Amino acid sequence: MNFLVSFLNSMPNAIGQGLAWGIMAVGVYITYKILDIADLTVDGSLATGGAVAAVLITMGWDPWLAMLMALIAGMLAGLITGLLHTACGIPAILAGILTQLALYSINLRIMALNDIITMGAAAAKTKPTLALNPDRNALALSSRYVRDLALNNPLLLLAVAVAVVIGVLYWFFGTELGSSLRATGANGNMARAQGINTNRAKVLGLVISNGLVALSGALLAQYSGSATIDMGRGAIVIGLAAVIIGQVLFKKIFHNFSLKLLSAVIGAIIYYTVITLVLRLGLESTDLKLLTAAVVALFLSIPYLKKKYFTKKSRKGGKSNA
Amino acid sequence: MLDLVGIRKTFNIGTVNEKTALRGVDLHLDDGDFVTVIGGNGAGKSTLLNAVAGTWPVDEGTISIGGVDVTHLAEHKRAKYIGRVFQDPMMGTAATMQIEENLALAARRGQHRTLKRGITREEREEYKKLLEMLDLGLEDRLTSKVGLLSGGQRQALTLLMATLKKPQLLLLDEHTAALDPKTAAKVLDATERIVNRDKLTTLMITHNMRDAIVHGNRLIMMYDGQIVLDISGEAKKHLTVEDLLARFGQTTGSSEADDKLLLS
Ligand SMILES: Nc1ncnc2c1ncn2[C@@H]1O[C@H](COP(=O)(O)OP(=O)(O)O)[C@@H](O)[C@H]1O
Ligand SMILES: [Mg+2]
Repeated sequence: MNFLVSFLNSMPNAIGQGLAWGIMAVGVYITYKILDIADLTVDGSLATGGAVAAVLITMGWDPWLAMLMALIAGMLAGLITGLLHTACGIPAILAGILTQLALYSINLRIMALNDIITMGAAAAKTKPTLALNPDRNALALSSRYVRDLALNNPLLLLAVAVAVVIGVLYWFFGTELGSSLRATGANGNMARAQGINTNRAKVLGLVISNGLVALSGALLAQYSGSATIDMGRGAIVIGLAAVIIGQVLFKKIFHNFSLKLLSAVIGAIIYYTVITLVLRLGLESTDLKLLTAAVVALFLSIPYLKKKYFTKKSRKGGKSNA
Repeated sequence: MLDLVGIRKTFNIGTVNEKTALRGVDLHLDDGDFVTVIGGNGAGKSTLLNAVAGTWPVDEGTISIGGVDVTHLAEHKRAKYIGRVFQDPMMGTAATMQIEENLALAARRGQHRTLKRGITREEREEYKKLLEMLDLGLEDRLTSKVGLLSGGQRQALTLLMATLKKPQLLLLDEHTAALDPKTAAKVLDATERIVNRDKLTTLMITHNMRDAIVHGNRLIMMYDGQIVLDISGEAKKHLTVEDLLARFGQTTGSSEADDKLLLS
């Protein structure tokens, strides 16, 4: 009974985390499902979003303007990965890893931006954490009010943000330009034969995706009260988990594109609900990455294992593929 | 319409897999020419079409379409002039997109893609009519995912897509080879109708010599990266399969014409 109460008590927070990560998951959906690219930039660009928003807010910027800047910073990160991949011919996975690594240094600099401006780059110390406090900083949202029945409840703002993001993407992917991105991911040959610049489409997809991921980071930093240098570590796996959970659960009933995006958000909420549950059950928070990796590995391998199992059955006595 | 001068292409240069696929091909097509292309496996037919389409840059030679030099133009830019149907039915369409979405993509070939709607209501009506013409029962399945269609349906759809926006040049690479005979005949029939209707300048590769003779106003045969036979006008009208086999033997000095040509 006690356990149930404490679990239910932490549900609003799980939903808040899930909604904020849901925007990140939608970004992952764009690269992973639509463009068929596994983009590892996101681990860096999530932290970039958090860092940009946090540092600008501590410098007294309006939180909405700070979030806009975070979005733009994320888009730039996506642009770099996109150009490394298409203009320099580096495999997409490696291009993402390179940007992610570079962003680690850049994010530390971003978080020290205030000091760099006031004392100069040489004297400024890099900071791995920037704290945000609703009493001292102007924040657009904070988890402090997550149980309040008031307009400043962060769940409200997060739900609206999710709705706006899904709405805009639904519109965009229905346009000529958006369709060309979908065609690029679905069949590059066909896309080029129809005159689509597939390289440009990939870059654009990476830009949009990382912009959303950074926006998610900016929301998360305010929600949780800090931006940290490693807030994005393993983000790609969490994003994939959300996308895959959403897909597995809602594949049969959600056919509309906007609902598919929504299923990634719901996937993120379910993910954080499960995480909250296992934490209550006594798992250490440091064990979560292992759990997440195991869950994603399992779900990703299901289609392959299924196929292998069925082929073996139907090909009795055939050569086994070692 | 199409001018190829001295086209050469070698794959995997400097490796053990080095293979010269085109050794100096010259070809001129007049406006409205419907040319069938035959030749054994590995003769360079697909490579020739890919060179024109710009799948990769050629090593030597120039390519111009309608007087425009496209030799150094990227594949997606050349698409403005070219409609294509591939041998593999999976290659010409996007499986995860709807039939009408595929058509709408094709209707915008060579155009700048904007933030306007990807497909309009008027377009849907038009697509329905065009699909009716194919007679494959696709007109009522506009919103079906293309991945659900059969190979023949996909190939017919690709043909429609290639010609939806009238191309200056239509490239068909054994586009009926992967289909069952009945469907192949249907797709070929649709090809003939569309090419005649729009007077399309066409290069059609086929492995079927009878089709090569029946269709088009000109026939070329490739062997070892070169055009070894070029027959048009009255001469082509009276051509027989036996003629072709004999001519093949003469030009290549090979007596295995049957194997090389028919079994390819
Ligand atoms: N992309 C490629 N890479 C390497 N070799 C190729 C490539 N495309 C074609 N070839 C080789 O070029 C030769 C001609 O091939 P192709 O044009 O496909 O012949 P076909 O007349 O049967 O269509 C073949 O030996 C083939 O293996
Ligand atoms: Mg071929």
